[in-house]
Parts: sequence; structure tokens; C-alpha cells
Amino acid sequence: MTAVLRDIYFTVFQFVRTFGALQLFFLRLLMYSPGILVKRFGLVVGQVYNAGALSLVIIMICGFFVGGVLGLQGFSNLAKFNAEDSVGAVAALALVKELGPVITALLFAGRAGTALASEIGLMRATDQLSAMEMMAINPIKRVVVPRFLGGVIAMPLLAAIFSAIGLLGAHVVGVLLLGVDVGSFWQQMQQSVELADIQEGIIKSIVFGFAASLLAVWEGYNAIPTAEGVGRATTRTVVITAIVVLIFDFMITAVAL
Amino acid sequence: MNKEDYFSPILFVRPSFCYAMRALADTGHQGRHPPITMTRDAVSDNLIEIHDLDYSFGARKIYKGLNLTIRRGLVTAFMGPSGTGKTTLLRLITRQLVPDRGVILVNGVDIATLSLTELYRMRQRFGMLFQNGALLTDISVFENVAFPLREHTRLTNRLIRHVVLTKLHAVGLRGAADMMPAQLSGGMARRVALARAMVMDPDFLIYDEPFVGLDPISMGVIVRLVRRMNDALGISSIIVSHDVQEISTVADCSYLISDGKVAASGSPDELNKASSELVRQFMHGMADGPVAFHYNAPDYEEQLLGRDVE
Repeated sequence: MTAVLRDIYFTVFQFVRTFGALQLFFLRLLMYSPGILVKRFGLVVGQVYNAGALSLVIIMICGFFVGGVLGLQGFSNLAKFNAEDSVGAVAALALVKELGPVITALLFAGRAGTALASEIGLMRATDQLSAMEMMAINPIKRVVVPRFLGGVIAMPLLAAIFSAIGLLGAHVVGVLLLGVDVGSFWQQMQQSVELADIQEGIIKSIVFGFAASLLAVWEGYNAIPTAEGVGRATTRTVVITAIVVLIFDFMITAVAL
Repeated sequence: MNKEDYFSPILFVRPSFCYAMRALADTGHQGRHPPITMTRDAVSDNLIEIHDLDYSFGARKIYKGLNLTIRRGLVTAFMGPSGTGKTTLLRLITRQLVPDRGVILVNGVDIATLSLTELYRMRQRFGMLFQNGALLTDISVFENVAFPLREHTRLTNRLIRHVVLTKLHAVGLRGAADMMPAQLSGGMARRVALARAMVMDPDFLIYDEPFVGLDPISMGVIVRLVRRMNDALGISSIIVSHDVQEISTVADCSYLISDGKVAASGSPDELNKASSELVRQFMHGMADGPVAFHYNAPDYEEQLLGRDVE
């Protein structure tokens, strides 16, 4: 019994300590960010390309098919109530408020988050970060902050592209394949989607961008400097980001309602 | 350029741009850091002093009351059996690690008391060659060597190109400037890392196993390069190596570290003639002696033939 209590104590202690260290790390990133944005903007642009542009293919393909599924599901269910013209509105609301930011964040964690974590982790394992420190170059400023900012900037843009391509997918399935009237499809969408819905989606994608990027660079920077350690850090990045994104999604939705 | 030109003083005398850099630093125009000020201790004989150093890795004690002094202007070697903590000592000296107890003075300053800015300013005067080279893998050889210059100075691209090619030439890899680190052998990577370590013309160069993986020609060149650089630039060098023969030709002073303490110190000749069993075992590579070749293990026969063998 004592051993169990001790294990629980150490687990809680470790969690609190890690959470505190993560917050301090986040504050350091925020503190360095303005300077890096001003003085080393080129580094940030490079990372926006790595995290954003290189994720475009997966985001666009997934967005298209998620939109297509929404078109199919919406049509088959709304047809029971003779409301199949509303499929555009249903797809748009689902994409803009929920699926766009959430699925983009999950895909971002899988594509860009793992790349960030493994890249920084490998730099740690091969002494590249130590070498920078010995060259009097702060690796958090030079390596971590540009990658963090790249992710933060790329994530909302990717979510917007995901939603837009998703609407295209819904249009292709709903209008072109299932015969929903094109005018009704877009008119219902315009009437149903309000500015507040778009704002909610934007806020979510920004929050998810911060969370996914922070967790990726944190896991990479603190990876155990071995092949196994980097692998674990990469896996943890995906798992923890998925959980955190869904928790934040629930919280933001609850506040927005 | 013939072979002897590798050691031409012109490659080692600080290039004029360095004087310009330092002059600019003194007038506050050079870069992001304030000018480096020389303290009173900076002119004393001792570059580094270590007093009563304790350091543990987990439950394992690496150093127990270590005391040693590194004198300015010399090539100092750390030798010792594998796992004795030589690389750890380099990391302690450069404050990549923090000791459990004890004081490390660099230029008379306790490095534990330095702020991050002060520590980075001090490290600008250091150059370190890592065991595996630690080159940045996403940029070319040229950019790796240029990296500290681009980060710390505002030199023109033309000047940076001149300096980088000079340093790469000194390590024999000017022709590899456009290659990526992944295309280099281990020995070549270490030579590029050496060029990068000396590109800022540091006051103090640290080499962690510089001779590992080098072919005999490269090793000979690098050994002479280490010696010539130290003498021509008037810098100080620390070398960690197992290579007793090469160390003997290049080091002014050697420390043999074993069991968390300095087991012996002196010039390579003195160590070669030492009567201590441990020193003789290490210097002459003998299997039998105070340092066991085998790591602690249960009885060999019992382990191979014992009852619990499946």
C-alpha cells in the first residue's frame, strides 16, 4: 500500500514539475519571439515553409475527402426531412467551427509536429545544440523559437485551407454527384454561417497552433539523446498533442456557446 | 601550395579582419555583444583552476575532490581509461554541466557565478571540437564554418568567404566546401568541426578526441596543426585523447585521470618514466594492472556453466 502511495506521489510530483517547466519554457519562447520576428524573420519564414507549405498536400487531400464525407452524410440524413438543400450549411458549420481546426491540428501534429520534435531531438542527440551553446549561440533563440513561430503562423493558415478545400469537397459530392441545387447549396451556407462561427474557428486554430507547436519543440528539446529517446519524443508529440487539442476544443466550444 | 604551406604562419597569425573586428567591438559597432574586457586574472599564468570538484551522474560518482590547474599558453592533455569522465570534465569547464560541489575558475572568474549573457561572452573566446564533430546537418560545410561568423559578426560575405576558405584550407578540406555533412566521412567531419572551432580565432581551444577516425596522414597534419596554432596564435589548448603516442608529441602537460581524481600529471616524458603502476599500465597499454580491463561482472565460469543457465 505504501509503495502504491509512493508511486502516486512521485507520478503527481513529476507531472507538476514537468508542467511547471513547460510553462517556463513557453514563457521563454514568448519572451524571445518578438526579437526573432524582427531580427531573424528569414528563419521564421523558412520554418513556415517547413511546417506549412510542406504540409499542404496532406491537408488539402484530407480536407477534400472530409468535405466529401460531410456532403454524403449530410445529404443522406437531411433527405429524410426533405432538407437536402441545407447540406452546404451543415458542411460549412462543421468544417469552419470544428473539423477544420481540429483535424488540421491532428494532421499538423502528425506531419509537422513529429518533424519538429525529431529534428530538434536529433540535434540534441548529435551534440548540435551543445555545439551552438559552445559557439555562444543560444539554441532556443536560433533553433527552437523560429520553429515554434513557424508552426504558430502556419497552423491557422492550414486550417483555413482545410476548411476551404473541405467546402469544395462537399460541393463536388453534394452538388455535382448527388444533384443538390447549386444556388441553394451556397445560399443556405451564407445564411447559416455567421461571423462568430468563423471567429470561433480562427480562435481554435490559433490556440491549437500554439499548443501543437509548443509541445513539438518541447518534446524535441527535452528528448533523451538516443535513437530510442528521439523516437519516444516523436510519439509523445502526437499523442499528447491529440489529447490537448481535443481538451482545448471542448473548452473553447463550451465558452463560445 | 606545397605541403609546408599548410603550416605557413600566415594561416595562423590572426588575419587583419580580426583586428578590425576587435576594434569595432571596442567602439561598440561590431555586433550584439559588448566588448570583451580583459580582467586582471586574464594575464595570470593559470587559465583554469579547479578546486575540490565533485560531480555525480545519477548514483555514480564521476569526480571526488578533483583539483587541477591549466596553464595559459600550453597544450594540456587529459588522458585516462574509458568512462573516467574526461569529456564530462570538458563539459564542466565550459559549464555545459554544473558540478555538485567545488569551484571552477576560468581567467580567475568562478563560472558558476556568470549570467547567461556573461557565459556566452566568455564562450566566444572558446572553440570546441566535439567528439563526433557536431556539424549542423542541414547546411553545407562552408556554411557550418561560416556559422559563428554570421551569428556574431557583421562581416561582408566576401570577407567571410575569405576567412572560411582559409580555415578549410588549413584542415585540408577547401575542396569540400560545398559538400553536405552527410557526405563526409567521420574523419573529414571532425576536420571541418576543427575549422569551425578555430574560425573565430579563440583564445582557448578544446579538443574532444580529435584523433579518432583519422587516417595517418590527416592525423599527422592535425597534430602539427594543433601544435602550430597553439604556438603561433599564443592560445591555450586542452586535448582529451586516448592516443598516448600522438599526445606525447603535442602536449606540454598531461593529466592522467582515474577514479575521479588526478592520478598523475606532468610532461609526457615524465609520465612515460613514472614508476606508478597505473601510469605505466596506461602509458604502455598493458592489460594487467590496477585498471581492470573487464567491467565488474559475476564469475565467468559460474555465469557460463551455472545452474541458472537456461
